[in-house]
Amino acid sequence: MIEAAESIIKSLEIEGVDVVFGYPGAMIMPLYEKLCESKIRHVLMRSETAAGHAASGYARMKGTAGVCFATSGPGAVNLIQPLATAYADSIPIIAFTGQVAVRDIGTDAFQEADITGAAEPFVKYSYLVKDAKDLPHIIKEAFYIAKSGRNGPVLIDLPVDVQRELIEFNYPESIAVRTYKPTVKANMMQIKRIAAALEAAQKPLIIAGGGIFGGGAVNEFRQFIKKAGFPVVTTMMGLGLLPEHDPKSLGMIGLYGKKSANLAVKNADLLCLIGARVGDRAVRAEDFQSHDKTIIHIDVDPAEIGKNIKTDIPLVGECKYILNELTEIITKKCDFIPPKTLPQPKEDFTDFAVFLNPKRLINAISEVCGENTVVAADAGQNQIWAARNFTVKNGRFIVSGGMGTMGYSIPAAIGVSIAEPLREIFVFCGDGSFQMMMGELAVIRNEKLPLKIILMNNSRLGMVYEAQKEINGSFTDLSGGNPDFIKIAEAYGIDSMRISDNDDIKRAVEFLSSGGAKLLECIISEEETTK
Amino acid sequence: MKQIISVLTENRAGVLSRIAGMFSRRGYNIDSLAVGETEDSSISRFTIVTDADEEMLEQILKQLNKMIDTIKVRSLTNEPATIRELLLIKVSADDSNRGVIMDLAATAGAVVVDVSPQTLTLQLCSTPEKTENLRLLCVKYGIKEIVRTGITAMQKGSDVLHK
Repeated sequence: MIEAAESIIKSLEIEGVDVVFGYPGAMIMPLYEKLCESKIRHVLMRSETAAGHAASGYARMKGTAGVCFATSGPGAVNLIQPLATAYADSIPIIAFTGQVAVRDIGTDAFQEADITGAAEPFVKYSYLVKDAKDLPHIIKEAFYIAKSGRNGPVLIDLPVDVQRELIEFNYPESIAVRTYKPTVKANMMQIKRIAAALEAAQKPLIIAGGGIFGGGAVNEFRQFIKKAGFPVVTTMMGLGLLPEHDPKSLGMIGLYGKKSANLAVKNADLLCLIGARVGDRAVRAEDFQSHDKTIIHIDVDPAEIGKNIKTDIPLVGECKYILNELTEIITKKCDFIPPKTLPQPKEDFTDFAVFLNPKRLINAISEVCGENTVVAADAGQNQIWAARNFTVKNGRFIVSGGMGTMGYSIPAAIGVSIAEPLREIFVFCGDGSFQMMMGELAVIRNEKLPLKIILMNNSRLGMVYEAQKEINGSFTDLSGGNPDFIKIAEAYGIDSMRISDNDDIKRAVEFLSSGGAKLLECIISEEETTK
Repeated sequence: MKQIISVLTENRAGVLSRIAGMFSRRGYNIDSLAVGETEDSSISRFTIVTDADEEMLEQILKQLNKMIDTIKVRSLTNEPATIRELLLIKVSADDSNRGVIMDLAATAGAVVVDVSPQTLTLQLCSTPEKTENLRLLCVKYGIKEIVRTGITAMQKGSDVLHK
């Protein structure tokens, strides 16, 4: 017999978990006690919210579920934002929360919150564990649910007395959930129909989304494009699926996408969506709903098909399997390449005197960075500038796509860096998003993570300011209260540099390329826009 | 259009709230919802009535199917099904009209389940049309209180939802 808390840690070890991001508190003390005795690394974040996002960044790099711990009540409630962010982007996370003792549930006890109830809209599944004997089964099931089918976060709520119960520990080797059987192998007839339609199209276009990362099918996707030769656009979540310098890659579509990519969507006679959920920021309905287009939609989640656009050929299954089959079946190589010669946004620079142009800076960083560099961008103008001006090669573009969560970039990048310590990681954020998470600089220093943070300081909530200018309303800005960010970095013992002129770009790039964590503060004009 | 959906789920805590939550957050309305244990005590069966066009119905069915606790989802709208609802209706009744109301109840297939000096409580288990008809017939006597179970439905013939 062992304590249930110990059985949880043992289960995590069996699942291959080597890191837990978390924040302790009274109702999760038994679990923390056993965590500290184990070999699993604990990264103490500076808020539960950051812990959830770090688990997300970690999961996205590793391709396995990220794990985070929080205590009951306020700690658990702080996890809701990262759970919602992960749910919107189909990122597998297992969140363990402490809970008051079973007999106290429902009494409004100190630090009691109904977290399974509160988080319900934002998790793929959740458990409130009332009997410790169920734990090994629940944990096995949670990992299976989080990482199979359409990936997503799973929450396990652990009353403090349950953590102390003694149980026989037998971790199940396999699991079958009678109510949950995601489709893996897709319908072969339908795959053949898709292959035939793709081969028959004059102007086919693949729209690739984050589901291909989630399905662990990047190599299969590249093989497919290499053999079949179809041109590719990606959603923001799909950036990096195909190196942007690949002749078949047209870049990102959407409201903030590349003109040539959006035009290719408009002009295509066949669109094949793979692991893309047709989000309203990625897809302009009017470009899709013309009658002369054949729409193919491949997704592991049947509920995504037909939800936002009408589909001619739907296909449910894992993209890894489907891409392998399509690569096998399609013999003709498509030589169609939509025009890529249109002026790209990155060439439309308008400089403001006295200020640094953020687009020039991002381009300069993009040019010198390595093949496998990861970019984590926040929400707001910085994200749009980064998405448009950073050329993702074989790295990743880590961003909160569906939820557009401010403050995501820094903790997510911490997760990325813990997952892959040797990666070069650039973090783009604004002065607004930075301040939401600047306490996490402590983690960056503590864990010695070589993150390069590029802080775009326009003393504004840039995106909000842009919108407010359009509606000619009053302005909400940050100028009155912004701190001296260089001193903030110094206080945390992080190398920093401030630049405010295009002439400083070269020096700044050199500064960033030296070892260790860096903070580059860029003073930019409030009139810079995402247009 | 009124749609009748049958859902088999795991019979465990939280399932009702998950299903109800999915309907409300995606903007689907629930006209009625009835749930109970099935021949297998580990399985619950929901009968949900909602107002939706074909496109919305497809999404509702998909979203229900997607829920981890769901075993089986089926629309019964367009198939032969036995549809029943239980209505309890408390009507004002005194010595002057009690007999008339009891005759009316008998004609409508309802039974009297409770009597007081001032009221009669009628019970009718029938189709929603017939329960509604009884309600209309009772209006002129003065309806004190109504409670409905919401409809439950089962497909006709030997066909079962879950083997």
